[in-house]
Amino acid sequence: MSSMPVGRLDAESRGGAATIGKAVKIVGQIFSKEDLYVDGEIEGTVEAMENKLTIGPHGTAKAGIKAREVVLQGSLQGNVEATEKMEIKKDARLVGDVRTARIMIEDGAYFKGSIDIVKPEPKAAPKPQTSVAAPAPPASAATGALAFGPEKR
Amino acid sequence: MNFPGPLRGILRGRNAPPSGTAAPAYALRPSSAPRRGGEEAVARPSRGLEEFFANIRGQSGLTILELGGATQQNVSFITNLGHRLYSLDFLQVLDETFGDSKVDQSNPGRIEYFLRQTLDHPDEYFDAVLIWDVLEYMEPPLLAAVVDRLRKIVRPKSYLLAFFHSEDKLEPVSVHTFRIQSVNAVQVAQRGARVPAQLFNNRGVEKLFGKFESVKFFLARDRLREIIVKA
Repeated sequence: MSSMPVGRLDAESRGGAATIGKAVKIVGQIFSKEDLYVDGEIEGTVEAMENKLTIGPHGTAKAGIKAREVVLQGSLQGNVEATEKMEIKKDARLVGDVRTARIMIEDGAYFKGSIDIVKPEPKAAPKPQTSVAAPAPPASAATGALAFGPEKR
Repeated sequence: MNFPGPLRGILRGRNAPPSGTAAPAYALRPSSAPRRGGEEAVARPSRGLEEFFANIRGQSGLTILELGGATQQNVSFITNLGHRLYSLDFLQVLDETFGDSKVDQSNPGRIEYFLRQTLDHPDEYFDAVLIWDVLEYMEPPLLAAVVDRLRKIVRPKSYLLAFFHSEDKLEPVSVHTFRIQSVNAVQVAQRGARVPAQLFNNRGVEKLFGKFESVKFFLARDRLREIIVKA
């Protein structure tokens, strides 16, 4: 459960990544529809399926992560699914299993876990629009999850 | 956009951090170039590695355990062959667990804790193991427990590759990072020095792996013996 208020939170439009700063700790589920930079502490899960997640040098995460691209500079304990690529930078620490299409590990990084290289799934053809009502938002949206995304106007 | 309450300030505008300059996944350094930090790297043929890969040739989807810590070259090489790699920096966990204490390496509780940190896998989970040179720095009780655990977590008839120094004195020896260059060549880079916990002649190595099916030795010029062990 998040320690933060429940609700949908959109990052300010600034052309950069949404940032979780050094002094911030978030416990719960994070959904992001824009790039996310974590230099604080997170516990739970992070989903940024179409975006890049960076865990900065001060960032620590105990979390399962699903993202298009993951860059690790800090510390992560948890499994990672990065559909495009994963980078583990020098001095980063990862304990967990990685499934990704491409991985880069710099000398000096600590890694304990398995690496599965998986080819990205071909993108499905766009489905025709139907008049069926959109499904309800995931239950987690009402249970303390945080969602980051571009502001809708 | 205004954020509610305490979340105001969490999300600060920031240019996207630089995407990094990691080398391409499959790029290799010149094989005999000195590496960063004065780490000397030398590429050389490896009969042991050749034998190791010959034994898994034609297969894919194997699960391979590597105990020398993750390197880009090894990850790329193994995964390009279609295998899954489980990587672990065994010596780092050894240091974190025992520090300088040799006494603790005889303590059954500490040994069990160490095994949970390093080799906590189901029986017959791995199809092959790249041990490299990590076994020489453990006291006999810990080493025996590690080898016994290795035997349990590899499939029968699978192969393990280990390196042992051939020095005959208990003096500091080089600890290496091994980067696979090809199926029969490895780049050996010194990453420090430590004193082995015990000396192994060939008979000692055979005895260490006495419960395995076979042990095969290959001599190298750099005072490292390469050993292929069949489970």
